[in-house]
This record gives sequence, C-alpha cells and structure tokens, in this order.
Amino acid sequence: MDRQLLSGNEAIARGAYEAGVKVCSAYPGTPSTEIFENLPKYKDALYCEWAPNEKVATEVAYGASIAGVRSLCAMKHVGVNVAADPIFTAAYNGVSGGFVIVSADDPSMHSSQNEQDNRYYAKSAKIAMVEPSDSQECLDFMKAAYEISEQFDMPVMFRTTTRVAHSKSIVTFGERVEREVPAYVRNTRKYISAPANAYRNHPKLEENLKKLEAYGKTSPLNKMELGDGKIGVVTASIAYYYAKDAFPEGTSFLKLGLTNPMPMDLIREFASKVEKLYVIEELDGFMEDQIKAAGIPCQGKDLIGKLYELNPQIVRERIFGEAAPVTDVGVQAVSRPPALCPGCPHRGFFYTMSKHKDFVIAGDIGCYTLGGSAPLNALDSVVCMGGGFSVAMGMAKAFEAAGVTDKKVFGVLGDSTFFHSGMTGAAEIIYNKGNLIPVVLDNSITGMTGHQDNPGTGFNLQGEIAEALKIEDILTAYGYKNVIIVDPQDLKAMEQAIQDALASQVPAAIIARRPCLLIKRIKHDIGKCVVDTEKCIGCKRCLGVGCPAVLVENKKARIDHNQCVGCTVCAQVCPMGAITREEK
Amino acid sequence: MTKTKSALLVGVGGQGAILTAKVLVNGLMRAGYDVKMSEVHGMSQRGGSVSTQVHWGEKVNSPVIGKGAADIIVAFEKMEAVRYADYLKPNGIAVINDYEMASSSIAAGLAEYPEGCIEAMQKNFTCHVLKAGEIAESIGSAKCMNIVLFGSMVKALGMDDVVDWEDVIASTVPPKFKELNLNAYRAGHDAVKA
Repeated sequence: MDRQLLSGNEAIARGAYEAGVKVCSAYPGTPSTEIFENLPKYKDALYCEWAPNEKVATEVAYGASIAGVRSLCAMKHVGVNVAADPIFTAAYNGVSGGFVIVSADDPSMHSSQNEQDNRYYAKSAKIAMVEPSDSQECLDFMKAAYEISEQFDMPVMFRTTTRVAHSKSIVTFGERVEREVPAYVRNTRKYISAPANAYRNHPKLEENLKKLEAYGKTSPLNKMELGDGKIGVVTASIAYYYAKDAFPEGTSFLKLGLTNPMPMDLIREFASKVEKLYVIEELDGFMEDQIKAAGIPCQGKDLIGKLYELNPQIVRERIFGEAAPVTDVGVQAVSRPPALCPGCPHRGFFYTMSKHKDFVIAGDIGCYTLGGSAPLNALDSVVCMGGGFSVAMGMAKAFEAAGVTDKKVFGVLGDSTFFHSGMTGAAEIIYNKGNLIPVVLDNSITGMTGHQDNPGTGFNLQGEIAEALKIEDILTAYGYKNVIIVDPQDLKAMEQAIQDALASQVPAAIIARRPCLLIKRIKHDIGKCVVDTEKCIGCKRCLGVGCPAVLVENKKARIDHNQCVGCTVCAQVCPMGAITREEK
Repeated sequence: MTKTKSALLVGVGGQGAILTAKVLVNGLMRAGYDVKMSEVHGMSQRGGSVSTQVHWGEKVNSPVIGKGAADIIVAFEKMEAVRYADYLKPNGIAVINDYEMASSSIAAGLAEYPEGCIEAMQKNFTCHVLKAGEIAESIGSAKCMNIVLFGSMVKALGMDDVVDWEDVIASTVPPKFKELNLNAYRAGHDAVKA
C-alpha cells in the first residue's frame, strides 16, 4: 500500500480521484488552491479546470452532477460568498451524481481579508457538511461525502481550515472506483427551480435533512472515544487534535466529522456519559450554540474565544489556566511584512500613483493589495475580489453628490480579477457614466495564489493551449473608446498614460501590462542594478519604490545583488543618475 | 499524551526551508515515526517571515505546536530566531544562521535592525551559530545553505542514529545536486561542536 506524507489539499485531490469524480472546477484561493493543482495528475480519469470565478466553478460542477457524474468544486471561504447563489438552490433541487463543494476557511487570516466561519453556510443553505481533521480523513471523508451526497440527495460542503488544508500527515492510498453513469433522463420537476417546483422541493429537503441527522448518530464519520467519564469534549476538524494534546489523560471525546446537521441524539448520549462537557471549536460557537439550544449544558467559547487559530497551548491555557513556559529574550524582532517582489510590474504603477496626493484609489484582492503598504501607500480601499472598479464607482458618485471636485478616482484590479468579477464593474462604469479611470494591472497570471492560469493567459489547468481573451477587446466592446496600454515599469510612460486617461474626452481605461517575473514559461530580461556611490547623495528617494533589494547603508544606497533583477524602477527615480543597470 | 518532538524552521520566504523540512520528514518517516508538518502559503510568502513546523513521535496529534513547546528552532536568518524564540522550550536548542536580511520596513528606513539577536538567544538557550551561507558558498553554491543548516540541526539534536541521513538526502534532492548537498550536510554537521 502506498503511504505518503500529503497535505490535506493533496489528499482531497486523491480522495476525489478515488471516489470516481469526473468533472472538477475551481477558482484558486488560499488555502484551497493546491487541491486543483494536484488534480491534473489524474487527468486521464477526470476533467479539471480553473473557472473564471467560484460561482462559475460551482455551476459547472453542479451541471455535471445534474448530468449524472460525480463532481467537485473548491474555493476559499470568501469564494463561497461568490458561489452562494447556485449552492442554495442546488440544495433544493438535489443531485444526480454526488456533488461536493470544498470550502477552505482561513482562521487567523494568513492570506485572507476576513475569517468568516463558513459552517454557517452549510446550515443556512441546508446542505450536509463534512469536516476532516487530517490528511487521511481528507481522503477518506471525500469518498464518504460522495456517498452522503447521493444517498441524501443534496450537495455536501467539505469544510477545511488552513491547518487541515496545508498541514501534512501520513496517508494510505486506496484505488479509484469507477461509478457507472446512469443514462441521462430529463427531470424538469427536479432541476427547473421555478417557484412551483421549489415549493415542492423545500419540504423534501427538510425531510432529507432529518434523515441525515438520524444517520449522523451511526455514521462512521462521528466517533466516540470514552475515557473515565469526568470530562467530555465535543469537537471537530483540527480542533480535535488541539484538544487531544491539551486535555488530560482519561478525557472522553466525541469527534464529529459530519457537522451539519448536528447529530444531537448522539451528542445527548455522549453528554450523559460525562460529568463536565466542553465544546472545543475554532472561530464561532457553531456547535456550542446548537448544543446549548438543545438544552445540553456545555462550555467553550466563554473560555476559548472566537478569534484566530487555536493550538494545543492556547486550549490548555484558556481551559485550564496553564500558561506556556515562554522565554522573553529581551530583543524585539522588527515586523517583516510581505512586499511586492523585486522586479514586480505593479511597483512602477503604484510608485507613479503615490506621487499624486489628489488621487483616490480603490484596490482589489491580489498581489497588488501590497500597493497599499509603506512606502507606496497608494490605495484607499480593498474590499473583495472584483470590487475595485465598482467600489471606486461608488466613491466617485459620492464625491459628485457631495460636491467634492478636487479628487481623481481610480479603480484598480488585476487580470485574473478582471475576469473573475471585475468585468461587471467595467460595464457599470460605462453604463452609469462613472467619472473615474479603471485600471487593469495585467501581469498575465493569477499571482498571489501561486501562478494559476486564467482566461487571459492562453493556457488552461490541464496545460493545454487555450484561447487568450484580450482585456483591451473586452473593454473596447463595453464602450471604452480610449484604452491605453502601457508598460508600468517605464515610469514616464506610466505617468503619461495616467494624464492622458484623465484628460480623455471619451471613456478611458488603462491596462498596465507586464508579465509577472515568476512566470516560468516566459524568458525574462534579467539584469542587475548597481549604485555609483560617488554619485549617490544619500537622498533615499530610491527607498520610495519599496523594493526589498534596495537598501541604504552608511548613508548611501546599496542594491542587494541576490535579490535585484534589474527592473530599473529605482534607477528611474534617482535624481543623480547614480543607479545603472548591468547585465547579469 | 505520547512523547513527541518538534522542530520549528523559520526564515524569510524563498530561503529554502521547505526542502529542509522535506528531508527531515522523509528521514523521520523512513525511521518509522508518525510525522505531521505544517506550513503557511499565500500572501505570507511574498518576502514575509515564514515558519514550518515538523512534529514527530510514535503518535502525533496536532500538526502545530504552541508557545514554549518546540525542541529546536532552526533560524535561517538571525532576527527570525528572536521572533520565534517564545516558541522554544526553556531548555530548547537553537541553530542560528549568522545572516542578516533587512525587512522592508528596515530598508525603507522606518525601523532599525535589532542589535544583539544572537547574544540574546545565547543568553537563554543552547545555541549553535554558524555562517551557513558562507559555508555553502565555499562548498560550491549558496543554494545549499538550507542543507548546511540541516546538518547542524541533526548534530545539535543528537539525531545521527535515527536514520542514514546521507542516504535520505541523496534520495530527496535532484541527482545532479546530490554531491553538493551531501557536502553541505557534512559541513553543517561538522560546524556543530559535540
């Protein structure tokens, strides 16, 4: 038997493969991305793709389920916000082939804009929820999730967190089992969600949920470990292992793998076997509140709290008051926030924008969110993926309505984000006569999540050549009569593009285009910049570009040769011409 | 609770801590241990501070450890040793690469690189300090710095007998870098006084 150390995400991909899944669609997002990065290795057995956004991915996967095959979609927690519409109705309609939606939550917001608890989505959408706690369970529970989906005729939310998705633990593989695909038969009563059908589907859904709750009492996904009867812990997901380490020998555990609907009869039985009941869960009191509402006394959130990730030490400290033996070495480390990489094409754009104090800039989710960090400080807001244009629109309309005339508004997003949901914002600006400049920072890849292809890159997830959608053609079709394409690394041209767009008498948009240096299939022009210390006057203007390779030492600029790639943005801002580029 | 050991590998995104962790877990698995490993991806990788945890024993529960729980810290950069010092057990060991990498706030002149990182660690913990980058370059490539540090870690933790580490390295790294990495391992190992 093959035994490997796999991340939860790798194991989920393997589990989908073994479950006989045939159609998979996702939009990348930390901490879910590696599930789909690992699917192409099974491409002889299944179809997998990057969709433009999570709603599309969910619809594609659900369509495949309607057509009778097992299907998968995956997204980060905030992706479920985008995909919520089809999920809620898929619950009413039910499934033909098993349908699993992976929601990867990010407690502590390692790479996210919030730490929403997506377990409430499963409850609200009235779908089953399965929560694995390690990589073996990621694999095994995937297979169970498809059985549940088909048996109870509903989508299954497969909910992970960063530590489940990204931690590695030992996994034993199984074999892929091909599932016979039934002949397709049109079923309008089930799948046309017109009011009359939805009216009849809702009670059927409630009935299925009741059956599922009863199944939870005997499901192998829910596991009771009985100890000496003093303390009992109800827990799920990664919190199970934190509690295992934190609670004393003899503690009883009810570890739930099927967490919506909650198996309340089983919990009641467990509670009756222990003197004191705790509920240990990360984020909100999803389980605790329901257990209390069922009249079962328990404790948890008042001690543990709702914020951030837990770990064994935190659980020990908050439940038993045992502080960690922490050594204070007396020296404080300086923060090391993430920064745009040396040679990042976004740097030239944000540096140029940072020079204009009258600019108001609504940003978006991606590497370019870092344009809001010091020393660039060139963003006013970042809300959600694809929101850059539309949030800017609202700000522009507000300034107009309030009579503010000394602000120039820009909406900024990336290429992948444009295809994700920025296009609708671009339509909004034209349709409702927005007084702002939309800017697409086109680095020809989905950067932050680790370089996934998107509809503009010319390749798909399977590595095939694909149609590369042209952002300029789309903007032109929308009615932007002045689409300015510029290389953001050329600071003069970047400034000129901004001025031209502002002066334009017809609707203007900017595409700042230069590929990310980390794209492996492109040959990049790499050099290095050097400082002539004779010419350098130590004015530190080069520090304003916020490049990790540019430092000041002994009052003179210095460029770290290991990091520098020779983009020359620092050289362009040097008033003394002290920085020049050499070939590497 | 079963007895387990844990290592915390800390550094700056792109320094090669992931490969080091991979060699470690491959060896531990070969030796028959249960192993769990945790790392964080995404935005934190963009030049930010990164940490990888490896937790092993007969049976491991949590992949992550809390403060005051690590048996060893391997710091690829000296300020990172200080940043994660509170994760070390009071009798923990630190392997520190004597190498300084300014953060963006330091480069921008908004903060000063702290003085005395290594001395502060030495005052509190058993420390092994080496210039792993220079050692790596003297062997042939700065790129094998991570395996130099790995050699030091194995010696510092007294793990020589756990498994044939040279064989583990040879089967983990690409064949053309095998000799380089074996030399790096030995040099790092020798840099730690018994």
